[in-house]
Amino acid sequence: MEKFSKEEYIDILKEIGNIGAGNATTALSFMIDSRIDLSVPKAEVIDFNKLMDITGGAEQVVAGIYIDISRDIEGVMLFMVSCETARILVDSVMHNDPKDQVTNFMFNEIELSAFTEIGNIITGAYLSSISSLLGFTIIPSVPYMTIDMAGAILSVPAIEFSKKSDTAILIESEFKINNKKMDGYFVLIPTEESYYKIIEKLGVLMKP
Amino acid sequence: MILGNRIRVGMADARVSVAPSIITTLGLGSCVGVVLYDEQSKIAGMVHIMLPYSNEIAENSNGYKFADTGVKMLTDLLFKEGVSVKNLKAKIAGGAQMFKFNSNSDSMKIGNRNIEAVKLTLEELEIPLVSEDTGKDYGRTIEFDCETCKLLIKAVGKEPKII
Repeated sequence: MEKFSKEEYIDILKEIGNIGAGNATTALSFMIDSRIDLSVPKAEVIDFNKLMDITGGAEQVVAGIYIDISRDIEGVMLFMVSCETARILVDSVMHNDPKDQVTNFMFNEIELSAFTEIGNIITGAYLSSISSLLGFTIIPSVPYMTIDMAGAILSVPAIEFSKKSDTAILIESEFKINNKKMDGYFVLIPTEESYYKIIEKLGVLMKP
Repeated sequence: MILGNRIRVGMADARVSVAPSIITTLGLGSCVGVVLYDEQSKIAGMVHIMLPYSNEIAENSNGYKFADTGVKMLTDLLFKEGVSVKNLKAKIAGGAQMFKFNSNSDSMKIGNRNIEAVKLTLEELEIPLVSEDTGKDYGRTIEFDCETCKLLIKAVGKEPKII
């Protein structure tokens, strides 16, 4: 593992974020027929307390999709957007008239199910791109969805990972759709073992 | 002891303060916030636990992470401020199941296990549990007012609640 410097490790993880989120936002932009800007991904080893604040504060209300991943890479994948963004996404795939809905953040059952499916497709695109890049099989669980405080949602992976250490490896990508004022986050938290697998595989690919 | 208007307790951490301070923890999901307080001296402490029992987990260097060790360590902190365990009372909140997992695995029911472990530890220490707002499927932000010994609970789309 001494083959790489710390900066190189971070670069390797950022590349994962770039490829995964790039593919996922392409899927998303087809769905809503808009251009999406992806910011430079962040990759870091962070303390659990900081994990709570990554999306703009523990109390920030977000719509979150949670997926467990297993097989060659184990960990958690989260797709989180503001309620405003969730509303725009749902309206655009369900062909709702946005004027009727623009301030309405209450979702009915069909809309919640539609949002879950959007999340499923987007996270699927993220995971399948890194799976084919790395040549690893990644099996996602069914998507779980909730609308709640970001801290409460992030406590679920935090608890899971706190069993092994006090820190998590976080790969975070933020996207913006400027003409629609939408934004969101992709968060991938691999287990420590899987992190080394990714580094080893991608490190070799990047450093011939 | 820390003095200030609002004292924030992070995950797997504890803080002790005194009136007129407010001790708070934000966005509790499956974790449990445990408040121990002494009505006489108005000294109170809060611990934010993540897991039930320290002996189940290999990585247990931080005792505040667990219900059993976390609650006991909080009584130690309060004892250092001159509060005897005999005078302590407890209020707890959190322990939600954030996602409706179909799986029956233990890790998915961590909220309930956290609540049980906190209650058991309080019983062992003979600290009466005055009130609770636990379980269900939503996140909570909690604020304990050391002056009034009231615990305010805020949740998304719900009226604030005082226990």
